[in-house]
Amino acid sequence: MSGPGMDATPVTRVRDLRVRYGTTEVIHGITFDVHRGEILGVIGPAQSGKTSLLRCLNRTLEFTPGGHSEGLIEVDGEDVRRTRDVYALRRKIGMVAPLPVGLPLSIYDNVAFAPRAAGLTRRAALDDLVERCLTQAALWDEVKGRLDSLGTKLSGGQQQRLTIARALSHQPTILCLDEFSIAIDPVTTMRIEDVLKQLKAEMTIVLVTNLTQQARRLADRTMFMLEGSIVELAPSEQVFSATPADQRTFDYVNGTFG
Amino acid sequence: MNAPLPRPIVFRRPWYSVALERAIEALIMVCGISAVILVGGIFFFVFREAFPILASPNFGLGEFLFSIEWYPTSVRDVRYGVLAMIVGTLAVTTLAMAIAVPFGIGGAIYLSEFCTPKLRETLKVVIELLAAIPSVVWGFIGLTVVNDLLITLFDAAVGLNVLNAALLLALMSLPIIVSIGEDALKAVPDSYREAGVALGATRWQMVYRVLLPAARNGLLAAVLLGVGRAVGETMAVLMATGHAVQIPTGLLEPVRTLTANIASEMGEVSQGSEHYRVLFTIGVLLFGITFLVNLAADLAVRGRRR
Repeated sequence: MSGPGMDATPVTRVRDLRVRYGTTEVIHGITFDVHRGEILGVIGPAQSGKTSLLRCLNRTLEFTPGGHSEGLIEVDGEDVRRTRDVYALRRKIGMVAPLPVGLPLSIYDNVAFAPRAAGLTRRAALDDLVERCLTQAALWDEVKGRLDSLGTKLSGGQQQRLTIARALSHQPTILCLDEFSIAIDPVTTMRIEDVLKQLKAEMTIVLVTNLTQQARRLADRTMFMLEGSIVELAPSEQVFSATPADQRTFDYVNGTFG
Repeated sequence: MNAPLPRPIVFRRPWYSVALERAIEALIMVCGISAVILVGGIFFFVFREAFPILASPNFGLGEFLFSIEWYPTSVRDVRYGVLAMIVGTLAVTTLAMAIAVPFGIGGAIYLSEFCTPKLRETLKVVIELLAAIPSVVWGFIGLTVVNDLLITLFDAAVGLNVLNAALLLALMSLPIIVSIGEDALKAVPDSYREAGVALGATRWQMVYRVLLPAARNGLLAAVLLGVGRAVGETMAVLMATGHAVQIPTGLLEPVRTLTANIASEMGEVSQGSEHYRVLFTIGVLLFGITFLVNLAADLAVRGRRR
C-alpha cells in the first residue's frame, strides 16, 4: 500500500488491546498497525468499539468512570499508556468529535487554544497559525472578517470545520475523525472530504465512519469492526470488492447485514 | 372501478380535556406574571408609605442622600441624612463580596471539577447546612467569637465593626455562591471538557479557558444572588456592625447599615409620623440599590455577548 519513499514504520501500533467499562469488555484484544501517511477507514455498526478505540489513543478513556484498557498502544514509538507527558501526547493526536463542538470562545481563540495551552503566546505566530489552520480546513474565506465572533454562533458545518482547524492547530501526527459527517449536510461533507484528501499529504488520518461509502471514497485501507473485534483489515479495494475475505464484511458493506 | 374512499375517522377531544388544557395554560400564565405583580405591589406599598414625606416642604432629597446627620428624634432640629448608612451598607457589602466571591467561585470549581464524587456529596451537605443557619445565630457568632477575635488579633477598639459584619455576610452568602456556581459549572456540556482535554489542555487550563467562559452567566448569577443576600441582610449586621452612624475610615470602625437602621427604629416610631415615612423612604432607596446592581449585571452580560 505504501507508496515509494514513504516511511515504512507504522505511526501507531496496537497489540492485543482490550477495553473494559467496569466489568463489561467492549474491545476484545485487537491488533493492527496504522501506516504513516495513510487514511485508515474504520467502519462497523454501533457498539463495535470504534469510539472507544479512539478514546484509548488520546487517553480520554480514563475520564469515563470505570474505563480501563490493557495491551499495547504506541504512537510514534511511545507507549501511550505509560507516557510521561499525557498533554504532549494528546497534542500529537487531533480529535474531531461526531457533533461539532465550537467552544464558547471567539473563532480565533478556538483555533489558538491548543497552541496557547502548549505555551505559544507570540501574537504574530498565533496569527499565522490560525490563518493556516482555518485555510487548511476550508473555513478561512468564510470567517476571516469576523475572527472575534463566537465559534458557537457558526452553522453546524462551519463549526465542524472549525473543530478540524482546531485539531490541526497543534500539528498532530494523527488526525482522528469520529463520524464527523453525522450532523452536517452532504455538500459540506464533500468539502471536508476534499480537505482530508489534501491533508493526507501531511499527516496520517484515522477516519471512523458509519457511512461505508465514505470509507470507500477516502480510505487507503479499511478496517471492519464488529462487537469489539476486527473482522477484516485490508486495502479498501478489497473490502469493498465483491469478494472480501469475510462474508460478514460483504454483508455489512452491501447493507444486507443482520 | 374505484371503490368509494372510506370516511376518514375524525378524532374529537372531549370538551373537558380542552377546558382543562385552557385552565392549565391560564394557571401557568398567572404563575409566570405573579413575580412581576408581587415586585410591583411591594414597590407600590413601600412607596405609598414614603410618598407624603417626599412631597413635604421640610424634607430635602439632597439632604437625605448627601448628609451624614441622622437625628430623627432631635427636639430642636430634626435631620434625616442617610449618607453614612449608604456608605456603611456599601462598605460592608463590598468587603463581604471581596471575601466571598473568590472563595465561593473557587469552592464551586473544586466541587464541580476536582473533588471525588464521595467528597463532593459530603461537602454539599455541609455547605447546605451552612445556608440553613438563621441570621440571628450568625449575629450571636459576630457578637461573641468574631468580636473577641478581632480585638485579640487586630487590637481593635470595638470588635463590632465593618470587618466583623463583612466576615459574617461573606460566610452567609458563600453557600449560595458555591451551590449556584456549581450548578452553573455542572451545566456546561461534557463535550466542552472533552474537547479542551483532547487539545492537550491540563485540567486547570481547561477550567480557566473553557469552563469559566462557558459558565460565565451562571457564575454571575451566583455572585448576584450573593450580593442580594448581603445587601438585604439585616439581623446579623444589626448585631455585628456596632450600629454607629458614621462614615468609616478603616475596616475596624463601627458603622450602621440601611437595613439595620430600619429594623432598629421601626418599632419605636409612631405610624404615619415623619420619621416613619423617612424609614420607608430608606426602604425605597434599598430597592433602588438592588435594582441598580441587577441592572448593571444584566448590562455586563449583554455587553459581553457578541
